[in-house]
Amino acid sequence: MSGVVLRGFGWRHGGRRAWAVRGVDLRVESGERVLLLGASGAGKSTLLAALAGLLPEDSGEQEGTVEIDGLDPRKARERVGVVFQDPETQLVMARSGDDVAFGLENRGVPAEEIWPRVDEALRRVGFPYDRNRPTAALSGGEQQRLALAGTLALRPGLLLLDEPTANLDPTGATLIRRAVADALDPDTTLILVEHRVAEALPLVDRVVVLEPGGGVRADGPPEAVFAAHGDALAAAGVWVPGHTVPPRHATTPPGETLLAADRLGLPPRLTPTDLRVRAGEALAVLGPNGAGKSTLALLLGGLLRPGTGALTASAELAGRDARTPPHRWRAPALARRIGSVFQDPEHQFVTGTVRDELALGPRRTGRSEADVTDTVDALLHRLRLDRLAGANPYTLSGGEARRLSVATALATAPRLLICDEPTFGQDRRTWLELVDLLAELRDAGHGVVAVTHDADFVAALADRTLTLDRPSADLDGPRTAGPAGPSGSAGPPGSAGPASDGQGASESAGRPDADGPPSPPTRGAGAP
Amino acid sequence: MIDLEPVAAPDAPLARRNPVAKVAAALVFTLVLVATLDPVAPAIAIAIELAVLPLFGVRYRVLARRAWPLLAGAVGILVTLVLFAADRSGPVLVDAGPVLVTQGVLVTALGLVLRMLAVALPGIVVFATTDPTELADALIQNAKAPARFAIGALAAFRMVPLLEQEWRMISMARRARGVDAGRNPLAKLRLFASTAFALLVGAIRRGTRLAVAMDARGFDAGTPRTVARRQHFTRADALLVVTAALLAGAALTTSILLGTFRPLIG
Amino acid sequence: MSHTDSNRWRTVDIVVASVIAVAFGVVFWAWGLLWSATDAAFAFFPPAQALLYGVWLIPAVLAGLIIRKPGAALYCETVAAIVSALLGSQWASIVILQGLMQGIGAELAFAAFRYRSFRLPVAVLAGALTGLGAAIFDFVYWNKAYELTSYRIPYALITIVSATVVAGLGAHLLTRALANTGVLDRFPAGRDRALV
Ligand SMILES: Nc1ncnc2c1ncn2[C@@H]1O[C@H](COP(=O)(O)OP(=O)(O)OP(=O)(O)O)[C@@H](O)[C@H]1O
Ligand SMILES: Nc1ncnc2c1ncn2[C@@H]1O[C@H](COP(=O)(O)OP(=O)(O)OP(=O)(O)O)[C@@H](O)[C@H]1O
Ligand SMILES: [Mg+2]
Ligand SMILES: [Mg+2]
Repeated sequence: MSGVVLRGFGWRHGGRRAWAVRGVDLRVESGERVLLLGASGAGKSTLLAALAGLLPEDSGEQEGTVEIDGLDPRKARERVGVVFQDPETQLVMARSGDDVAFGLENRGVPAEEIWPRVDEALRRVGFPYDRNRPTAALSGGEQQRLALAGTLALRPGLLLLDEPTANLDPTGATLIRRAVADALDPDTTLILVEHRVAEALPLVDRVVVLEPGGGVRADGPPEAVFAAHGDALAAAGVWVPGHTVPPRHATTPPGETLLAADRLGLPPRLTPTDLRVRAGEALAVLGPNGAGKSTLALLLGGLLRPGTGALTASAELAGRDARTPPHRWRAPALARRIGSVFQDPEHQFVTGTVRDELALGPRRTGRSEADVTDTVDALLHRLRLDRLAGANPYTLSGGEARRLSVATALATAPRLLICDEPTFGQDRRTWLELVDLLAELRDAGHGVVAVTHDADFVAALADRTLTLDRPSADLDGPRTAGPAGPSGSAGPPGSAGPASDGQGASESAGRPDADGPPSPPTRGAGAP
Repeated sequence: MIDLEPVAAPDAPLARRNPVAKVAAALVFTLVLVATLDPVAPAIAIAIELAVLPLFGVRYRVLARRAWPLLAGAVGILVTLVLFAADRSGPVLVDAGPVLVTQGVLVTALGLVLRMLAVALPGIVVFATTDPTELADALIQNAKAPARFAIGALAAFRMVPLLEQEWRMISMARRARGVDAGRNPLAKLRLFASTAFALLVGAIRRGTRLAVAMDARGFDAGTPRTVARRQHFTRADALLVVTAALLAGAALTTSILLGTFRPLIG
Repeated sequence: MSHTDSNRWRTVDIVVASVIAVAFGVVFWAWGLLWSATDAAFAFFPPAQALLYGVWLIPAVLAGLIIRKPGAALYCETVAAIVSALLGSQWASIVILQGLMQGIGAELAFAAFRYRSFRLPVAVLAGALTGLGAAIFDFVYWNKAYELTSYRIPYALITIVSATVVAGLGAHLLTRALANTGVLDRFPAGRDRALV
């Protein structure tokens, strides 16, 4: 219902010299569905915030104008609904139903209409619980759904979505996209930010590409834009459909085992799992939201004490600490041997600038100052963070923050690197760079474990995969490594609901199917 | 561990009362008792409090768990009084250097300890049986508290369990980066302080983002708010407050009639 | 240091003040346990326990320095007290009255400068006054039965000293440290940092 007009729009965040977006001239008619693309840091999230009227005047500098139906966006908030990149900070109330009702109360919707609209919105996004479910007890994917419901319930004329499926498993992502498609009235305007173009295309009829330096680089129907600018866009970092990525699998057989997990688990987050991590090999850990992948990553990283089973490090990895498990090692020794990249990059930052963040690990592990500077400069350059060396890590864009968190772990060149979703929210160029970095590390004989939902990433890098399933109450046997291949039969979307009775884990050697659908949760594929 | 869930059986007759009424009753009851230093009035009050406990659906064991730190407080009062009591009248019971215990000291100590318990219990019971969301709703609807502030505080309160998780995350992040304290107690203290600071920074950052999210959903847009969850202040709620006042008054009157009353001021 | 144009609270003012209150409500609750646990340690001179007092008064001064709006100190200290009561503080509803008293102290200091100055001397004064509020409450309510010269007066004085140092100076330093991390960018207290 709402149209958008931008004239020479620009925004510079307080504390920054560079403009986040600049020189954007754009007109979006009522009812159009736009996919907003651009390299990481091009200013997509900033632009959405501007349209939602959420760039506070006192936090930066504006250029040009933005209008929603001819109004200043700060006055037009009633017509706009927005779901940000990070769902966790968007939930306001303690109970799920109350959270959806919050926006309706604010808009003065009559009391008797509120609960029917809440229920309808929850149903539309496939929210699996009742209204009283505590919001603190929701997984990332469920929070995303709830945030979307809270926005849809307002029936906005302009819907703004910023990477709404970044952290979701493939089934969950499909469900969200379907919810969006169902929820759109014919006259709702949609502006969607999503790096993975192929998945977003069914939702949109127009593509707008932001140029990082400023301005709009391409604009038009998807086919036309990709036909005219495909190669140039791909080189600039856009995930153009049909542009495949070269695989980077190990060329030499894996070396010795670095870490061995025997019935390793942490009830109720992770059921017992068997696993071997080898030098010179990249292992991908897959599985639906809530399966315990991040828990496994933290356990392997020596950051959590195992609840069940044992984690044993080889003599080569453990050095002097061969007799103690990793979670008892002193921190500097741990950082030299096992590096960890957390799922939420912001959880990982401990200093005030990008440069300090990168230098911290090498310093703590006792490297010389000149050596530290070299390492830091090299990483800054390779991940294109040099411009941001003095910035506060918490002010980075989603993709920049992810890059930095991977770089901090790479900085100590650990013998074993464990990353949780290293590639989410990345443009194509950085994605390739990250895959290269990880592949180099592996080819130099280090071990790499990557938790991921990213099928392209698995296809490009993984030498072996392990698929976890949601833990279920009646699980008795341990998850075991077995010869079971990746499951090929795609389950129906939505089969990974909270009541999923799947169990066990499957580990598969060899290259997973590159162009098949991402592995759905395997059921009962545990026993060898 | 901090438990945020109300601990009462939700259908207990008094636990169901309007949160504002419950808080008002507790405050009235407390304020009356604050006025005295004698042991009789608080003793009666405690008897009343323990008697109505089942009506709030709180089990005695739950109350004991929340109230046990008070026992340490009682010991503290006793020690301090033995050393510093202003009133040392009455027969001497113990006399050993600075330690001079008289009957007057013991009566005062009893009064103070009982008053501390009597004043604390109603609050513990009320807050243990009250859901924060309902308290905020009732404050807005029945006590005419400003909605923006009540809801802002409620939204912030949701962070309490997150703070605990965040603490663990920050500690893990530091360990992963090679930062730990080892066995050095001074380094431990420094690490603790810097973790606490990081937690505060994280909480404020969350707060600013939460404020943006609330604005995005029309909070404070000037439109008059409606309420999805109605809170009613009924005659039964008024009765609760009045009864609390009467019972506290009765305890005080008894003490006056018995001649044990010792006013706080004067 | 600049002064925000309007005295009306923005959403971010309300939420951040509340967040500070909630964070300190948790600290209060823990501090209450610590206070009870250290009773024995201070048996040699119990009034010295009031040295710990300042921590209970930080949110009043801190919120005043960060939010810079009328009512911030009072609001934050009171909400922190309510939160600690909700979490199950052993002192329950009485802490709410205490929080009100203490908040008023700091509030008066900021009001005396018409919410225009937030420098160190103002912070220290706010700390001292919130300590005075706390001391008056305790003097009348908690310590009535104790000896005047050997207990009540030293206790009150130590409370005020602790408040001035821990809450006044402490909150000033804490505000500066917070501003350096960039989280206060939406507040006047956090402006004036170098561009990157
Ligand atoms: N609050 C902030 N303060 C300062 N700079 C910021 C802030 N938010 C974003 N920036 C900067 O503005 C630029 C654009 O950021 P934005 O988040 O809009 O990028 P984006 O296109 O959404 O990137 P991504 O795809 O990685 O999410 C980045 O260089 C980022 O570092
Ligand atoms: N700190 C925690 N305390 C208690 N339960 C937790 C905690 N962290 C996670 N959980 C629960 O444990 C289960 C596994 O969580 P985990 O984060 O390991 O899943 P995941 O496989 O990484 O999911 P996702 O793909 O969404 O990141 C989930 O049900 C989650 O709700
Ligand atoms: Mg973004
Ligand atoms: Mg995870």
